[in-house]
Amino acid sequence: MPQIVYRFPHRHLLGIEPLSPQDIAAILDQARAFEEVCERPEIKIVPALRKRLIVNLFFENSTRTRNSFEIAEKRLSAEIINFDADTSSLSKGETLVDTALNLEAMHPDLIVMRHSAPGAHALLARHMKASIVNAGDGAHEHPTQALLDAYTLRKRFGHLSGLRVAIVGDIRNSRVVRSNLWLLTKMGAHVTLVGPPTLVPLALKETWPDIDISYDLEAVLPSQDAVMMLRCQFERGTGAYIPGQGEYIRFYQLNAQRLRLCRPDVAVLHPGPINRGVEITSEVADGPNNLILDQVTNGVPVRMAVLFLLCNPHGEQVP
Amino acid sequence: MPQAYAPCLLDAAQMEVHLQRLCREIVAAFGNDETIAVLGIRTRGLYLAERLKVMLDHILQKDVPLGVLDISLYRDDLSELAGSPIVRPTEIPFSLKDRSVILVDDVLFTGRTIRSALDALLDHGRPKRVWLAALVDRGGREVPIQAEFVGLKLDVAMTHRVSVRVKDVDGEDGVFLEPRN
Repeated sequence: MPQIVYRFPHRHLLGIEPLSPQDIAAILDQARAFEEVCERPEIKIVPALRKRLIVNLFFENSTRTRNSFEIAEKRLSAEIINFDADTSSLSKGETLVDTALNLEAMHPDLIVMRHSAPGAHALLARHMKASIVNAGDGAHEHPTQALLDAYTLRKRFGHLSGLRVAIVGDIRNSRVVRSNLWLLTKMGAHVTLVGPPTLVPLALKETWPDIDISYDLEAVLPSQDAVMMLRCQFERGTGAYIPGQGEYIRFYQLNAQRLRLCRPDVAVLHPGPINRGVEITSEVADGPNNLILDQVTNGVPVRMAVLFLLCNPHGEQVP
Repeated sequence: MPQAYAPCLLDAAQMEVHLQRLCREIVAAFGNDETIAVLGIRTRGLYLAERLKVMLDHILQKDVPLGVLDISLYRDDLSELAGSPIVRPTEIPFSLKDRSVILVDDVLFTGRTIRSALDALLDHGRPKRVWLAALVDRGGREVPIQAEFVGLKLDVAMTHRVSVRVKDVDGEDGVFLEPRN
């Protein structure tokens, strides 16, 4: 019987850029089955990745992403090794590729990696047989964050196409923004980037010509379905781009007064960690419009879906 | 959808007759059991379970709980499952605790699907008992599994496959014999 069945064609998740809208939809659809697993009253574990070895390779600090991946891996019954960069040979001068080849010699099925260098994952993918999942590379991409944002938005609104989403704050230093720009534009949402001119590179319009850029938060808010607030990454030097935190707060903080400019059911997102009192007030972050903890909850089934699809490739492989 | 030619083992009317007989057998065995529930195995087992539920509701004059089980995450041959569609959620909108569950599948063959289904089922709760209803038992078991309620019992050569078609998915009802490719 002729039946057209979609096959997830990727072996790695290096970013959202290489994914087709159909691939993105497949991951989000697959995550629904895992959300059901995560919501079971008792046994929240399935044997889908039993006997698979996953290495979590984190060269940069991360609490929620790493924990979320680890929970996702455990709920799929995978075997896990946590490779801590501080205790590794990297501090003894080993190169990334040598570290990777040493890991490869132990035959892991999948490697989840966070690294400060954009493209580090693509380099690894060329040297290893294991699947590589990008858990953040510098200011380049953080694909699973964008996928869980999309899952949260789709769950809230029922669709992504036509959705108006404002991303506000430190656009320059954010990898979350780049993954979200790829994802939201591929899925037909309309994105407006908002922030001080020094933190919103105009060059982004060369890659994503259909997006809007604005420096006036209050003018943008009324037309948005969702507002995604970003943290000012002072540890990455955001401070050098703005006159001061006080001025940033005055123009770009999402507070109760600005929330009233939005449609009443606007969704407020934040990839975390939140700097309360800087980009968002506690009143808004804890208010009825916030989906911030839903994002954290949804991170687990979305990451389960990614791991499951990569470990069980169903079709012809493309890089 | 136009179907390739395949010998028809049961046409739509005969399939309906077999489903009704399955239903009467279930009633005879479980008619007085207040805890009865029907659980269909995705994909075609679900549609057969839906039809059995309607028949059971009619005969027993009650609303028999219906659930759907997706066993893909529990399979022992997942990596060999080329071209599998996206796994969809299991939906069991009632507690399985102390229930009599009728597990419904379209074709009983190696028994491995049912083995996986039992694993999946037990992760959702501990039923009183689980019995199996299959529209077709084609033989060829690889694990010790048996069905209490069988519509059509056959002994089919390994070179062939028995495929159940249901209106909701395939556009027609019927049971067909096809060469395995």
